Amino acid sequence: MRSVLVVGASLAGLGAVRALREEGYEGAITVVGEERHLPYDRPPLSKQFLTGEYDAAALALGDAEEYQDLDADWLLGARAVRLAPAARTVTLADGRDLRADAVVIATGATARTLPGARGLAGVHTLRTLHDAEALRAELTTGRPAVAVVGAGFIGAEVASSARSLGLDVTVIEAAQAPLERALGREMGLVCASFHADHGVRLLCGAGVAGLEGVGRVTGVRLADGRVVPADVVVVGVGARPATDWLDGSGLQVDDGVLCDAGCATDIPQVVAVGDVARCLDLFTGGHTRVEHWTSATDQPRTAVRTLLTGVSAPAPAAAPYFWSDQYRHRIQFAGHLRPGDEPQLVEGDLESRSFAAVYRREGRAVAVLAVDQAKAFVRMRRTLRACVVALPRPA
Amino acid sequence: MITVCRIEDLPPGEALRVTEGVPAPVAVFNADGVLYAVDDTCTHQDASLADGWLEGCLVECPLHASSFDLRTGRPTCPPAKAALRTHHVEVVDGLVLLHVNVGEPA
Repeated sequence: MRSVLVVGASLAGLGAVRALREEGYEGAITVVGEERHLPYDRPPLSKQFLTGEYDAAALALGDAEEYQDLDADWLLGARAVRLAPAARTVTLADGRDLRADAVVIATGATARTLPGARGLAGVHTLRTLHDAEALRAELTTGRPAVAVVGAGFIGAEVASSARSLGLDVTVIEAAQAPLERALGREMGLVCASFHADHGVRLLCGAGVAGLEGVGRVTGVRLADGRVVPADVVVVGVGARPATDWLDGSGLQVDDGVLCDAGCATDIPQVVAVGDVARCLDLFTGGHTRVEHWTSATDQPRTAVRTLLTGVSAPAPAAAPYFWSDQYRHRIQFAGHLRPGDEPQLVEGDLESRSFAAVYRREGRAVAVLAVDQAKAFVRMRRTLRACVVALPRPA
Repeated sequence: MITVCRIEDLPPGEALRVTEGVPAPVAVFNADGVLYAVDDTCTHQDASLADGWLEGCLVECPLHASSFDLRTGRPTCPPAKAALRTHHVEVVDGLVLLHVNVGEPA
């Protein structure tokens, strides 16, 4: 293997470059990135960047010295439009063809939005630095009323940031409790209380019928006919994997690029990592697309070993992990829930908003949730590892 | 010099966060009988290393798993890039004493 092409220049793409060099690979590396920026950290976009605590420079993932050591060729502002797997050739939007001995797919995901959002000023999604700059500019001009559609982590963090800027904020959630799928109903309702604690209105069970306004948004129309007036609307309703460019490649794509536990696709020397990859996961027991920061840092190591050895590498036996900072609370979660998994409080109490809970399934700990209990969390998180049952390797 | 605690209040494997009388919070660790003190706040993002996972003389940040060598303050893996300041800590008459270093990290 003398050349590797990494498509995607964010956390997972950089992780692949780092892992290749750490594993001793000395060949050529080319990275294609659609954004014009070198890799930057996205989690602060909804938090410290939005509130003005961080500027763009503070988001940089690497520095000049590291980039020199990594010795990769960065093609930024370049979009991949096609993969011809047999020749492992990637075609860029400007017509250039790039050929390599191996390809790492790390194109991430794009934010979903609402029908009618396009062409309506004041409606935002939050995924990129560009998105965050546009949103920050609007939140810090006058005192706009803000409506956030979706009470997931992005929605909750944006609501928290906007509130800390002194703005009037309403969060609209379709489900009966926020974060129900990730944390279960009971803990979802606990997280819902953080909004109320800080003077943010949370409307649950509220479907969105459409956006109001001509040229510029004036509000969100709910399914029951109510209108939530808003000068700025932030849509946080999830993301879809960026796989359109893989149409016709022959790769198996179904809500992400299907991979085995070693990030190998069904085409030799083509691997996928990060938000775009749907790998066989030891904790979920199925093919799962895990949009966590931690997956984007762990999977590249596995994928690179798969490439360098030619044999699908074992994935680390660590439970999927994510965190969210909102309303000055730090929420940490590790594991994977199924309906019926019951949380049991093991530290602190709900009233003080500082607690840790273990979720059990048939008596076995399968997940850990902590709010402002980092010390307890790091210890309990480790106990989850022992519970992993290795899946048989696919034939 | 700051008196942190009695040595029996900092058993092996444990850590304490010192916030009083210091310019920035300091974490004091008992790594299998050897005491170390470093800046408590991870150089990557806001997290307390006293809450982290101690293994040998390495501490792993509870938020993003950056690992720091307590002997030098240097990160051993990303995402942290900058070193922590290290501080002198000693036990005198059963008391853990901290001497804060206000110089540059290693």
